[in-house]
Amino acid sequence: MRTAVAWVRVNLFGGVFSSLVTLAAAYLIGRWLWAFLDWALVHAVWRAPDGRACTAASEGAGACWAFLGQWGRFILFGRYPYDSQWRPLLVIVAFAALLLLSCDRRLWGRWLSPIWIVGLVLNLVLMLGGVFGLDYVPTDLWSGLPLTLILAIVGLALAFPLAVLLALGRRSEMPAIRALSVAYIELIRGVPLITVLFMASVMLPLFLPGGTSIDKLLRAQAGFVLFYAAYLAEVVRGGLQAMPKGQYEAADALGLGYWRKMRLIILPQALQISIPALVNIFIAGFKDTTLVTIIGLFDLISTASNAITDPSWRGFYVEAYGFIGAIYFVFCFFMSRYSGSLEANFRRGRR
Amino acid sequence: MTDNGPMIELRQVHKWYGDYHALKGVSLTVNRGERVVVCGPSGSGKSTMIRCINRLETHEEGQIVVDGIEVTDDARHVAAIRREVGMVFQQFNLFPHLTVLENLVLAPIWVRRMARAEAQDLAMHFLARVRIPEQAQKYPGELSGGQQQRVAIARALAMRPQVMLFDEPTSALDPEMIKEVLDVMVELAKDGMTMICVTHEMGFARTVADAMVFMDAGEIVETAPPEKFFASPESERAQLFLSRVLSH
Repeated sequence: MRTAVAWVRVNLFGGVFSSLVTLAAAYLIGRWLWAFLDWALVHAVWRAPDGRACTAASEGAGACWAFLGQWGRFILFGRYPYDSQWRPLLVIVAFAALLLLSCDRRLWGRWLSPIWIVGLVLNLVLMLGGVFGLDYVPTDLWSGLPLTLILAIVGLALAFPLAVLLALGRRSEMPAIRALSVAYIELIRGVPLITVLFMASVMLPLFLPGGTSIDKLLRAQAGFVLFYAAYLAEVVRGGLQAMPKGQYEAADALGLGYWRKMRLIILPQALQISIPALVNIFIAGFKDTTLVTIIGLFDLISTASNAITDPSWRGFYVEAYGFIGAIYFVFCFFMSRYSGSLEANFRRGRR
Repeated sequence: MTDNGPMIELRQVHKWYGDYHALKGVSLTVNRGERVVVCGPSGSGKSTMIRCINRLETHEEGQIVVDGIEVTDDARHVAAIRREVGMVFQQFNLFPHLTVLENLVLAPIWVRRMARAEAQDLAMHFLARVRIPEQAQKYPGELSGGQQQRVAIARALAMRPQVMLFDEPTSALDPEMIKEVLDVMVELAKDGMTMICVTHEMGFARTVADAMVFMDAGEIVETAPPEKFFASPESERAQLFLSRVLSH
């Protein structure tokens, strides 16, 4: 307590100017916070039969959370059959559990990949159905948060190993492999994600022989993986380049072959150096899944935009986008905090 | 594999870095159990030479044979040689993300296919030999330079190599730590390990060397037993070098 008081005195009221700035800032923050709470809580309306009544009840000065009561479930699960929506809910829970389990470093060695494989298969079965008495739900009905999570988590989880291979390929001593990796990375990085998604959804079917069709979600997912692999590869390469030559030589001198040297010595250290940059791309990638709206997939953005077009609940943009914004924020903030703690953890270990 | 005959043989080895002629026809034979100390001014090719022996550098001409296996591009040859040749670097090059014990068991487990428990016993044995068994669970970054270099020696020994190469093992150490590393090396020499040491520690050379090799400008200028080399070096370049090294 005393240290807190001392901290405040030194850092916030260290002089006349500093004190004035502190007071001014406190006033501005306080006013804004008050306005926000007033809108979000004090004047908010929690129950209303329709949008007009809701707006009337809040006198236009408060949030209309009744809108989310009506449409929240649609925003989360979209067009997924109403009676089966417990399935995507379980999928969301399963993804959250997978992410939390992945934070436990005791599982990193042997157990993490089997856990993920089992988890992903389970999620696929839950979403798709058609077995174990679950109704079959085609992928064009998948929507909302589960779709976003699948695109982002599966996408990044597949893009990452591909990126590592590309990064190693780019630094390979074999000219053909190096050239291929460089060509791939430069080509994909030079194209906007939207273009890749369009290619995957519109162009690709044109090249396929008639009669064959690949699922649209699968195509978008593949486009997403290929795109983010190129970006992540460059980050991993940065980490590889930062490794001192002596580490390679020591591993060579001990007789470790190329793959063991990379897996046991070089990559653990190179990836560790790359954590901030990797998480940066993970976060960007998570949010970039919103672009699939453009090729007609029904992710969180689409469900939210659709919800606000309901004639009897028209125009509650702030509530709808605030709601999904909060969802995105929770996931991104989690990634950011976790990477921070991971870095601190590694620093402690190595000093 | 026989018990007599040369362990390492270099015949007319040449090495270029672009236009720079780093090794100009180096020939050297090291027999089993022999301790060779290589000295010479910096840039004379000492490190390059021993790094060619386990293929950290490639040579362009000549022949290098280690334990009957020729050093070539063939990855299997290189792997076989590296299993038998331990190396200690100037900068230690321990793996900072692994504990001391993990540093030691890594290669025996993954290269020698040793069971983990056995590898750990072996590792503790060698940590005891370099006198730091109590540091097994620490990370390299928590140790002093001298301790790190001793761990590096133990790590190389844990592969049970037939030859040890030392590339200026004390040059990156603070003066007060040099002795603890040299003591370990002297003991190793007494146990009969075949060694090639690139070093400026002339006291160490006098104590353990069977042969002194003096290099300058990419050539072996003189090879002699230490008592002769230090008392009356034949070449002018060696005389000059010794007068500089021993004068302080």
